[in-house]
Amino acid sequence: MNTIEKIHKIREEKRKELELRIKTNCDTREKHILVCHGTGCTSSKSPKILENFRKILEEKNIENVRVIKTGCFGLCAKGPVVIIRPENTFYAHVKPEDCEEIIQTHIVENKRVERLLCKDIDGKLVEKLDELEFYKKQKRIVLKNCGVINPEDIDEYIAFDGYLALEKVLTQMTPEEVIEEITKSGLRGRGGAGFPTGKKWLFARQAQGDQKYVVCNADEGDPGAFMDRSVLEGDPHSVIEAMMIAGYAIGANEGYIYVRAEYPIAVKRFQIAIDQAKEKGILGKNIFGTDFEFDLHIRLGAGAFVCGEETALLESIEGRRGQPRLKPPFPANSGLWKSPTLINNVETYANITQIILNGADWYSSIGTEGSKGTKVFALGGNVNNIGLVEVPMGTTLREIVYDIGGGIPNKREFKAAQTGGPSGGCIPAEYLDTPIDYESLKEIGSMMGSGGLIVMDDSKCMVNLAKFYLGFTVDESCGKCNPCRIGTKRMYEILEKLTNGEGTLEDIKKLEELTKTVSKASVCGLGQTASNPVISTLKYFRNEYEEHAADKKCSTNECKKLAKIEINPEACKGCGLCQKSCPVGAIEGEGPGTKRHINQDKCIKCGTCISKCPFKAIH
Amino acid sequence: MIKITIDGIETEVPENMTVLEAARTVGIDIPTLCFLKDINEVGDCRMCLVEVEGARGFVPSCMQKVTDGMVIRTNTKEVNDARKNVLELILSAHEKKCLSCIRNGNCELQDLAQKFGITDVEFDGAINNKQIDDKSTSIVRNTAKCVLCRRCTSTCQKVQEIGAIECVNRGFDSTISTAGNKSLAEVNCTFCGQCIQNCPTAALHEKENIDEVWEKLKDENTVVLVQTAPAVRVALGEEFGMPIGTNAQGKMITALKRLGFNKVFDTNTGADFTIMEEASEFINRVLKADKKKPLPMLTSCCPAWIRFIEMEYPEYLANLSSCKSPHEMFGAILKTYYAEKNNIDPKNIYVVSVMPCVAKKFERQRPEMKNEDLYNVDAVITTRELAKMIRQANIDFEDLTDSGFDNPMGEATGAGAIFGTTGGVMEAALRTAQDLLTGKDLEEIKFEEIRGEKGIKRATVNVNGKDIRIIVASGLGNARKVMEMVKNGTAEADFIEVMACPGGCIMGGGQPIKSSKTRRKYDVRKLRADALYTIDEKSTIRKSHQNPVLQEIYKDFFGEPNGHKAHELLHTSYAKREKYL
Repeated sequence: MNTIEKIHKIREEKRKELELRIKTNCDTREKHILVCHGTGCTSSKSPKILENFRKILEEKNIENVRVIKTGCFGLCAKGPVVIIRPENTFYAHVKPEDCEEIIQTHIVENKRVERLLCKDIDGKLVEKLDELEFYKKQKRIVLKNCGVINPEDIDEYIAFDGYLALEKVLTQMTPEEVIEEITKSGLRGRGGAGFPTGKKWLFARQAQGDQKYVVCNADEGDPGAFMDRSVLEGDPHSVIEAMMIAGYAIGANEGYIYVRAEYPIAVKRFQIAIDQAKEKGILGKNIFGTDFEFDLHIRLGAGAFVCGEETALLESIEGRRGQPRLKPPFPANSGLWKSPTLINNVETYANITQIILNGADWYSSIGTEGSKGTKVFALGGNVNNIGLVEVPMGTTLREIVYDIGGGIPNKREFKAAQTGGPSGGCIPAEYLDTPIDYESLKEIGSMMGSGGLIVMDDSKCMVNLAKFYLGFTVDESCGKCNPCRIGTKRMYEILEKLTNGEGTLEDIKKLEELTKTVSKASVCGLGQTASNPVISTLKYFRNEYEEHAADKKCSTNECKKLAKIEINPEACKGCGLCQKSCPVGAIEGEGPGTKRHINQDKCIKCGTCISKCPFKAIH
Repeated sequence: MIKITIDGIETEVPENMTVLEAARTVGIDIPTLCFLKDINEVGDCRMCLVEVEGARGFVPSCMQKVTDGMVIRTNTKEVNDARKNVLELILSAHEKKCLSCIRNGNCELQDLAQKFGITDVEFDGAINNKQIDDKSTSIVRNTAKCVLCRRCTSTCQKVQEIGAIECVNRGFDSTISTAGNKSLAEVNCTFCGQCIQNCPTAALHEKENIDEVWEKLKDENTVVLVQTAPAVRVALGEEFGMPIGTNAQGKMITALKRLGFNKVFDTNTGADFTIMEEASEFINRVLKADKKKPLPMLTSCCPAWIRFIEMEYPEYLANLSSCKSPHEMFGAILKTYYAEKNNIDPKNIYVVSVMPCVAKKFERQRPEMKNEDLYNVDAVITTRELAKMIRQANIDFEDLTDSGFDNPMGEATGAGAIFGTTGGVMEAALRTAQDLLTGKDLEEIKFEEIRGEKGIKRATVNVNGKDIRIIVASGLGNARKVMEMVKNGTAEADFIEVMACPGGCIMGGGQPIKSSKTRRKYDVRKLRADALYTIDEKSTIRKSHQNPVLQEIYKDFFGEPNGHKAHELLHTSYAKREKYL
């Protein structure tokens, strides 16, 4: 039997066995307990949960129930997550000690453990995953296998049409046809800049060179972003398969995936996937009986944000200090070891097999005019449903924040959302109804970025926010070019002055001048976009800057050095509780009944007195 | 040729030219800071940004190649503002102690600030992290003055292929450092000083020894003798505004006498001794197959090259000529023969060498460079330090009249003069070797094939019926290539000359520092080398063994070249050296 036949057989047999993973109306007596093994749930003891389930099942001698580790389900706020199929019951915040009860009640007695079911935003108890508001507006293409298959078992991947796209490409399509299909689909780079993927492939195909490379950028560095990590943890083969298809399309027989070392689970699963693919004869020589060959290596990044910039990434793979190269030449013509190189990020690759299998027309029917398909966002910040969401391009920010994200906690107001991480900008409330795609985000001064989406409520100071992101860029600038190395530092210093109450209106002008120089004169994308958080906050929240500079005031009280804690003498009863709790002895006044006051020179604005005052006299 | 338009000027330039070079062909001098042709073309400093029609953002002209029909604007308000702003940023992070800076008046950053009319730096804030490494004998690093242009690291890595320094840390904390952040004294640095030559500011400079020399000059009980290397006289004038390639020997001697040195001697004389010893040693090696003295023989005049071999190729230490370098030989002669002749206690003699080199400062204090417990040479100052002393003494150098070296030790040959340029040692040695072997006074003394700028030169010279295969290399990158050839058996050479600095001592780490702009306009190496060859051509004696001083000293004092006494005073030994301490 040749490889293709072997794989067909695995697919056929395994698919039957795994039908219950995607269908609720299955005619089966089997049950699968899926335990999320994404990084978040793993750190909340999901491996222990998996172990407990297996032990209990064995002890109770229960048959027809399997416990499976899967990738991320997306709703990280509810983790550790356990799903029981085929009924699709969603158990949230499961602890290792809950396993006994789940087995007894759910499996043995066929009832539900109600205390572990999810409460939706409206407080309603929800049993099934697909009934949760969080999932209703999502469309899963990239994450289709995440939370469905065991990422450490290639057969499970094969069962859900894994490596079928590769087979189709190798046996029925020319490289040109593959590129044509990708071009037609309208897929654009998910790393941030949104360059048309088909065009990138075409450039790499057309480039002259005996040796070409396919590289996967998995150096996801935006603070709060974990889309790529989840794909690698939950569905590593989809990336391997896509890289092979890319290799066939551009004429490369070797690939590198550059993953940050801070993603140990992703690295481990990806290595397992490579090993299994080699074992199955999928990676290697004479793939599927053709003369196509492909080999794949993992390279670990040491955590420098700049290595997510494609040319710095190449430098790092080659063993040098991660610093960007000047473009042109672009990697398509002169990349890894000066050979033509195709670089896409994880999420981009994760779309490829679906485009090949379902066709460019299907794919381009999803999304907006200029941005096709879906986008995965790591939704975080002041939002109820923190987690990973995949939505069709064109979904509005409001839908993501309120419908999927479940709105802002503590009944606070939405103030802004930051997309694109430190390279992006903030989007104020007035643009909540903007359909999210590459162009519209750019128009309002932000960018798609790799998919971090941080929601901020009205307790957040936007000057402080800009300072946070600049602080990140200052740390992560590679130090190669002066505008970025020194310019970001100077911007940060000005923001620090402002948030410390030492800034002036003149400083704001200097800041604006710096944003221009740093954006226009820096070598790479990191520097060119480093000013965006400052530019966008200045654009939408200039009043806050001016308030910090002119009035030495921070209305959100986030800037502690500007905050002034005062005791309202009318409300103070002179109990002295505040005085006792003050760690620096800043509260003056003696004896019971004497009204207290705060020595502003001593006060460190820790806020302890505010929380201790029984009469709410301190503000 | 392709057509381009720069600032409205239509012109034709060769393909493959950079925008920077193309602009220069029409008289537009785009400012640069990090750019060094062929050495550091990285586009980091952003001073050379221009606008190119159709390009996204500004483009670094030092790296952007011209394309047909390209429309370039180098002088728009936007581009000028951006450059000025970037320059202000660089200045804001720079330790601005210009008045007391060793490079005051010869600083490319200062020049730019002046060019842009910057009178006040708009931004304040933290300056570059300050770390001073002055532990080595030769080179001082001050990171607070560094502009991160990478000219030094590129030179060290790409030209010299040593890689003693590299950028470490990230972002604003980026700094140039060594492995393990150690002193240059504790890593694989050879002290060639090429980094100093390429530093636009004072982040790298020589360790000065001026003060101790002044002190000895004031001390009446000390006889302070000075000797000057061949390369010094053809570069010193540059420090006083004379054209590159001026031979300022006469004025230099007058200045040294005015500074108070008791006698002024010529290291060229020392070089003549070196040739006598080295040529004799070579003949012995060729004639007698001695395992302890294998071929190819490697020259030993260059202290950075010696350090390189001791660290990188210790298995070839026996191939090195055992000859001390010329100034050390001369120092040894001054403290023995000269002292004896003039009835001076050698302990009261203080020998100062003026050298184009900072590695000589290291060589001077090697324990091997001692006889009778006295160092052969007591202080080494560079060409730049001598210029500084001359200025400190209020001497108007340009107006000085010429003087000659002191006799009887002052006589030198043209062979000694060309020691200062790549190929010179070999040429001088061949002149003597062929006469010694044939017993004749041969007229063919020019060896054109080993002159010139090529980094590695090969020639086969027939000496008395025997073909001698020679290689001449300059620059440590080339030295490594040659040593790899020796290692894998493809060198096919009997005698190899190496100088660590590209071009030889005339381009040494202690020579006047030329800005990138000057180096672009003038072939500094050629002008200085030509000046040495002119000295040689005008010399009445052009072969070392014919130097009457030398002949007399051999007769009176040493006896035979390579004889017992010569070995004791003029030869040395080497030892394997750890790269990282």
